[in-house]
Amino acid sequence: MNWASWGDFWNMGGYGLYVWGSYAVTLVCVFAEVVSVRRQFSGQMVRLLRVRRATVRGAGNETET
Amino acid sequence: MNSSVKAVSDKLSAAPGGINWFKYASPQTFYPLAGRLIPLFAWPALLLFAVGLYVSFFVAPTDATQGDSYRIIFIHVPAAWMSMIIYLAMAFWCALGMIFNTRLSFMMSQALAPTGAIWTFLALWTGALWGKPTWGAWWVWDARLTSELILLFLYLGYMALVAAMDDPRRADRAGAVVAIVGAINVPIIYFSVKWWNTLHQGASVSMTSAPKMASIMLMGMLIMALAAWAYSIAVVLVRVRAIMLERERNTDWVAQMLENRP
Repeated sequence: MNWASWGDFWNMGGYGLYVWGSYAVTLVCVFAEVVSVRRQFSGQMVRLLRVRRATVRGAGNETET
Repeated sequence: MNSSVKAVSDKLSAAPGGINWFKYASPQTFYPLAGRLIPLFAWPALLLFAVGLYVSFFVAPTDATQGDSYRIIFIHVPAAWMSMIIYLAMAFWCALGMIFNTRLSFMMSQALAPTGAIWTFLALWTGALWGKPTWGAWWVWDARLTSELILLFLYLGYMALVAAMDDPRRADRAGAVVAIVGAINVPIIYFSVKWWNTLHQGASVSMTSAPKMASIMLMGMLIMALAAWAYSIAVVLVRVRAIMLERERNTDWVAQMLENRP
């Protein structure tokens, strides 16, 4: 084990700012990208389903008249 | 598909025991395949990141000369690798699209770009945070750093160009020119530490010589690199599916796919 305590761990031998600055920004980027691609996909899906519902309803009205 | 491509495709599928690769070049067969592949990369990515982080912080010892600042390389090196590999993949798909006129190739390329840009940014960011305590400077204009910065601009330029053009077919081709011409920058980045006298150190891992680092540190780095690979593939597959839905929204296969949804 490299670390005697949590304080020791966060301190990173005096390089805490640099090490945690790297890992934190990486984590934020990865998290943001995952959220963004999933939203992009579900956004497209929702839009397509909405358009389809609208056209199906439209077609239904036409046959009634 | 034009006739010459059709001929090649027929020949490939006629080959004994051969797979018809062109089958997967069509969006309607690739879309469900991509959907099935996503969890096969996403879950291993999560597992590998967890193991990689554990090795990076708890197994790998403190470096004798750099202290704990060296732990940044567990992100920095995989990020830099991915930034170059993804650019090459992007250029490859663009070239394929230009040759065979397959629309899926361009969608793949467009799905790769944001992930590549993020890795490039992370390589630069973690590099700066490592450089400050180690070199005493956040940034120097040496060949390695400068060419990596150019890579970031190439990614951003490609994305901006494709987004700016209304006609997707024209955007595909204009983007492809940037992607393919820009690929010359990748070997420049890779060999910059050999060709020029850079402040950036030489390759830590290469095909031709023994690694210049302790094996447990190397192990941590390779696990993180595998995690980055798996993560990138998963994220790109989700994005390419979104792009496919958007660009193919008026086709029969999308209509059919929506029809078959529960």
